[in-house]
Amino acid sequence: MTEARPGSVQLFTTCLVENLRPQVGLAVLDLLEGQGCAVSCPMGQTCCGQPAYNAGCLDDARAMARRTLSVLARSKDPVVIPSGSCADMIIHRYPEILKNDPIDAGAARELAGRTYELSQFLVGVLKVKEVGARSAGRITYHASCHLLRGLGEADSPLQLLATLSGAEMVPLKGAEECCGFGGLFAIKMSDISGAMLQRKLDHIRASDAQTVVACDTGCLLHLEGGLRRQGSAIRVLHLAEALVGT
Amino acid sequence: MKGTRVAFHSRVSLALKDVPLRSALDRATTRLQSMREIGLTSLADPDAVRDRARRLRASTLQRLDTHLEAFETAVVARGGQVHFARDAAEARRIVLELAASHNVRRVVKSKSMVSEEIGLNPALEEASVEVIESDLGEYIVQLAGETPSHIIAPAFHKTKEQIGLLLHEKLGIPLTVDPATMMAAARSRLRDVYLTADMGISGVNFGVSETGTLCIVTNEGNASLSTSAPRLHVALMGIERLVPTMADLSLVLPILIRSATGQKLSVYLDFITGPRRLVNGGDPDGPSELHVVLVDNGRSRVLGSELAEILYCIRCGACLNVCPVYREVGGHAYGSVYSGPIGAVLTPALHGAGVGSELADASTLCGACKDVCPVRIDIPRMLVRLRSNAVEHGELPLSFRLGLRLFRLAATWPWLFRAAARLGRIVTRALADQNYFRRLPGPLSGWTAQRDLRGFAPKPFSTLLAERRRKRP
Repeated sequence: MTEARPGSVQLFTTCLVENLRPQVGLAVLDLLEGQGCAVSCPMGQTCCGQPAYNAGCLDDARAMARRTLSVLARSKDPVVIPSGSCADMIIHRYPEILKNDPIDAGAARELAGRTYELSQFLVGVLKVKEVGARSAGRITYHASCHLLRGLGEADSPLQLLATLSGAEMVPLKGAEECCGFGGLFAIKMSDISGAMLQRKLDHIRASDAQTVVACDTGCLLHLEGGLRRQGSAIRVLHLAEALVGT
Repeated sequence: MKGTRVAFHSRVSLALKDVPLRSALDRATTRLQSMREIGLTSLADPDAVRDRARRLRASTLQRLDTHLEAFETAVVARGGQVHFARDAAEARRIVLELAASHNVRRVVKSKSMVSEEIGLNPALEEASVEVIESDLGEYIVQLAGETPSHIIAPAFHKTKEQIGLLLHEKLGIPLTVDPATMMAAARSRLRDVYLTADMGISGVNFGVSETGTLCIVTNEGNASLSTSAPRLHVALMGIERLVPTMADLSLVLPILIRSATGQKLSVYLDFITGPRRLVNGGDPDGPSELHVVLVDNGRSRVLGSELAEILYCIRCGACLNVCPVYREVGGHAYGSVYSGPIGAVLTPALHGAGVGSELADASTLCGACKDVCPVRIDIPRMLVRLRSNAVEHGELPLSFRLGLRLFRLAATWPWLFRAAARLGRIVTRALADQNYFRRLPGPLSGWTAQRDLRGFAPKPFSTLLAERRRKRP
């Protein structure tokens, strides 16, 4: 028995895509609508609360989690998120920080059960074999920590990228190592973060790629900020942007 | 707390500028990471072994009091003596009294992180007892007047070139970069030490409750000599280092060694059950007395806390080798006996609120440590817990606290969130260079010190979405 493909999904855009990289959101829409999904974008969504959680401000994180829960509970449609770390926050951390809350604990578990990171939703749920887009040049992939180790997803983004016609995938040394972003870490531990970033950028340059792709806007901001500071022309794209082609 | 944070940052910036250190770290972490990976592939189902090892650690610690009693009984039944030390001072006192009552002048030590934890060497030296480390890494660190920077490889922070120079200066051997030559030189110095030492002090990898056996893992055989040649053997172990049975030991030992060095088995493995026996013909050698010092030093308090899981640790060091922060700054930057991800949790856990709490910030929560841990300790979750404790103790700088509070306010009031974003767009338009910031003030200067920051897009996604839906509804 095969599970029916969901006809409609909710998009949790994430605060970074909403404000800093809105093109990622449009690319996600193209991808999901291209697969026949009706995409709604629930009003009133803001931030999942991950920055507060990571900083140890658990009360603040809970407040933001409850806000997100209420926004995404109006419909029982699956929730798709173009970010491994925000998806990990909702799937793993919401149930953890709300476990002692008599009302929200159940809601958090229920939401976690229907929340998906974009590549996981495309490959795992929609069973997308091919995106049918064209691209060009050499592309490499940086595995974001929370998608890879938080959600255990290593293959889906690579499978999807491999279907781009006209592009050549090149390997990235240390692809699974953290780029040094870590939210407030990049600010509070700026010098360690900078050393980690430098190592990652060295590997990206050595890969000879023209484009580096990741599934988390946080990593993208960090990589792009570093490459730009160093005058590099290497493009930094979200998976969704890469998959809609150039 | 502010002072310790400043000290941490200055150690970090020194480390980042230390070219030989970073080259040593790079070489050693890369090598040990790949050796671990190869080592694990020689297990039929490493994940299942890790799950079983985790369950064993959990169940052992749940009934630690029972296992400790059984262990004590078994050690005593085989002629050993057991001492309980509540804290570091008591542990030092026990060893110093043993040294005094047995007229000990010279001690040979095999590796023991607990001895570092309780500050044993300086205490012995103050009591005019000579202490000589026999683990090659510890020996190097001792010659250099330093402390271990890695829980299984004390001289992890040194390149072989630096070690060659050190041995040349301290031992007068010809300058070399050949590890085997260095090893041979150290070995020939140590041989005499084993034979003239009055007391051997060792750590313990695992104590077996049912038999009272001490299991010690080494690659140099130095523990075998340190614990058998002198007339007195003092073994230092944390109270959590127990496994109930020999069968349990056969579960955790292979995963410990593979995770540490990738070996299927270490070159030497010591099983010590009691001192030299005199009955039934007697043992040909061994110490006439064996003293086991069980060190609590905060562990029983951790056991009942939300950080209890950190006591599952079997000290393989895999989390250090894989940690991207440790790889950049090394163990000494942490400023604590235990460094790396495990140290960032263990240090504040053992020493109580506030001590070492700045270490919890030195992580991106990337999860690599949890991923390689042989007993799957959820270190990132505990780092967040420690950060949360620090927040409760008012340790988060006001600017961050205020910033996050405003962010929370905005994130829970969508109209405010939109208003703040509008302000962000205005600031971006006014101050950014082609939509990127090159230099920002206040806390954000930490970001722009290393990289540019993308500014707010001219139109947010929600506006673009509305426009698109109007065009093609």
